[in-house]
Amino acid sequence: MAQDSNKTVLSIKDLKVDFETATGTINAVRGVDIHVGAGETVAIVGESGSGKSQTMMAAMGLLASNGRTEGEVIYEGRNILGLPIGKLNKVRGAKITMIFQEPMTSLDPLYTIGRQLAEPMVVHGGLSWKAAKAKALELLKLVNIPEPERKIKAYPYEMSGGQRQRVMIAMALANDPDVLIADEPTTALDVTTQAQILDLLADLQKRLGMAVIFITHDLGIVRRIADRVYVMKTGEVVESGETGQIFTRPEHPYTKMLLDAEPTGHKLPVPESAPILLEAQKVEVEFELDSGFFKPKHILRAVDNISFSLRKGQTLGIVGESGSGKSTLGRAVLNLLPAGGRVVFQGQQISGKDRGAMRALRKDMQLIFQDPFGSLSPRMTVGQIISEGLLVHEPSLSAKDRDKRACQALEEVSMDPVMRNRYPHEFSGGQRQRIAIARTMVLKPELVVLDEPTSALDRTIQKQVVELLRDLQKAHDLTYLFISHDLAVVRALSDTVMVMQRGKVVEAGTADAIFEAPKDAYTKELIGAAMLTQQQMMESA
Amino acid sequence: MHRYVLGRLLGAIPTLFLIVTISFFLIRIAPGGPFDLERPLEAKVMENLNKIYHLDEPLWNQYLLYLQSVARLDFGPSFYFRDFSINELFAQSLPISIQLGLSALCLALVVGGCLGVIAALRQNKTTDYSVMAAATLGVTIPNFVVAPILTLILGVWLGWLPVGGWNGGAFVNRVLPVVTLALPQIAVVARLTRGSMIEALRSNHVRTARAYGLTSYMIVVVHALRGAILPVVSYLGPAAAALLTGSVVIETIFGIPGIGRYFVQGALNRDYTLVMGTVVVVACFVIMFNLIVDLLYALLDPRVRYD
Repeated sequence: MAQDSNKTVLSIKDLKVDFETATGTINAVRGVDIHVGAGETVAIVGESGSGKSQTMMAAMGLLASNGRTEGEVIYEGRNILGLPIGKLNKVRGAKITMIFQEPMTSLDPLYTIGRQLAEPMVVHGGLSWKAAKAKALELLKLVNIPEPERKIKAYPYEMSGGQRQRVMIAMALANDPDVLIADEPTTALDVTTQAQILDLLADLQKRLGMAVIFITHDLGIVRRIADRVYVMKTGEVVESGETGQIFTRPEHPYTKMLLDAEPTGHKLPVPESAPILLEAQKVEVEFELDSGFFKPKHILRAVDNISFSLRKGQTLGIVGESGSGKSTLGRAVLNLLPAGGRVVFQGQQISGKDRGAMRALRKDMQLIFQDPFGSLSPRMTVGQIISEGLLVHEPSLSAKDRDKRACQALEEVSMDPVMRNRYPHEFSGGQRQRIAIARTMVLKPELVVLDEPTSALDRTIQKQVVELLRDLQKAHDLTYLFISHDLAVVRALSDTVMVMQRGKVVEAGTADAIFEAPKDAYTKELIGAAMLTQQQMMESA
Repeated sequence: MHRYVLGRLLGAIPTLFLIVTISFFLIRIAPGGPFDLERPLEAKVMENLNKIYHLDEPLWNQYLLYLQSVARLDFGPSFYFRDFSINELFAQSLPISIQLGLSALCLALVVGGCLGVIAALRQNKTTDYSVMAAATLGVTIPNFVVAPILTLILGVWLGWLPVGGWNGGAFVNRVLPVVTLALPQIAVVARLTRGSMIEALRSNHVRTARAYGLTSYMIVVVHALRGAILPVVSYLGPAAAALLTGSVVIETIFGIPGIGRYFVQGALNRDYTLVMGTVVVVACFVIMFNLIVDLLYALLDPRVRYD
């Protein structure tokens, strides 16, 4: 984090971006001024739809074909906005480079890593393919890719998300850029990978001295890496300043709200006398991979010998990174996939029961999914979606009663019952997740398995959903199995926490014990990667 | 890789066996026989003919006899073209149909592909709309309309090209049938290419290519087209098999001695061996082209590998 910010390398002046759509013009960015000095890290913060990405896309000439721009983007004393492609290409990819949010799709799946890394060097640096490939290998070493000699010949699908993002960083550095624009580069990554990528970026910036523009919705990241911050809301910069000042003395109410959006509070413990609702003993799930005529069987243990018990009214938080088996465990407990071991629910053994026998129990055990966009049928009204479960579980209800119950459920999740005649696409992500919760609550279940219910939501919305879940639990004495990779949310909701890695439980205990005194090295790493920012905030406060 | 190809070829044998069996019995179910003429033959002549062609034996025996000869790649004598065996008929006509079909296929791929890419790059502009309108016409106007119109204009009025005949495969004789055969395929390829190209141009990795200032050629051809061509490749498998095994309409209109007309003649005349022969040939082509398509797919997309 060099402080030599007196020399401005890139400045955006009064940038406006409009999109022509069938329903009219959308003003995505309305006159934004942003500048970044040599060696400086600037963060642009905002929630989805704030125009933070489109600002930089416009600056780089990467808007969709229906986008229009106005304003100036000054690089080396010249306005690069609206330059003909040929001239613009002298700058972008060479002097100003970008890293994108989607590491899984930002690289061409059909070409090797080496070839893709070499392309910009051949085009801009005039290197031969051979020289470019040699330099690509150097770059892979620079971004700490393991086995670079092998990986340079690998295809993107053979690498993990974190590795692909490292490749993107290598590509960004290939031509010695003056400015690196990173558009949510760590959002799609696991928390430990995220920490590694951030460290790598900070380290490379220190060594190479380029300016970094970091677009993110995550204030933790901002606090960790940025010298200055721009806070964006609905296409405008509402506040900007030094990072320390923004965090300690925010002025704009929106900034204050963002800062306040960290999920807080604790769940009150349930009395010891509460009956045991769910008990899982030695649950195991195995998947057969690549089994074919000629291939040997390869068995993946997604869930390996896991036991726990849950009292009525308790919340068990299951924490782990992608691929740790936490979602599979959730499904196995609900008997949604074949699993070994024994699961007892309300005193009845449910493992091994067939679908028909399970149906009667399903009313009491419900599931809420991560993706609020994919999990609601786009062809049904909200009212139909919510009351559909009643058709199965309470067939004696009349249509009028069902409608009444749907209204009550919507009120419970703080939504206007009038909205039940609308379709899911008319709602935002947070509202859809409320609808998904209402669909569950209408059945008055005992146990709810929540599979990353807040991961796809903005931080401020996340906080509201967490509070809603806590209120509902208190009101109905619900029992939650809460699956998440987000430690802050898990901490705010859980009595006990289980940390999973590669199908096994590495550590389990009460939420306080796990978060304040983690014992296992992996748990420590997880908490370290996620909480670092919070601790810094507390220290600086 | 070799192992995969070998496995696929071996796997084709039961498929072919099933096809031969089903079509053998199907054509026998159809009423009438190869020697039923409007004026019936004398009983004695009929009996002799039946004896020569083993038609007097039980159906089961005939089936086994046919399987034996097919296993030796001998499709037997033609019942209708009595001086020829099926093998002789195919030896003359199949190469012509293959040449014709292959030329049409290449033309369709090159012209259709280019039009599709151009339309995608000019999405929702005049060029795009014109290409797509032309493509719709190409698909909807049947070839028995296109062929006479082209013949009339280029052959009769302008006199640039001969109106028909194969003439030993002279270039001028090939132009009209190849173009007529290719037109609907050009239209389909153009539509397919345009659709997948638009999607490819919007994909994240093409955005990366643009953000890194790569040349237009690299963005369009190297990064977008290679992925966009995949659906076209899978369409071309069955299309190629259909094109290469001839077209009755084109061959009849332009008077070309290809294999296509044997389908119709064989079926109408109850020429059992001819029908069976064409069925086997078409089945072989379909199987072969599906294999070629799968191999081509693996060549284009490293995520698909047959090791």
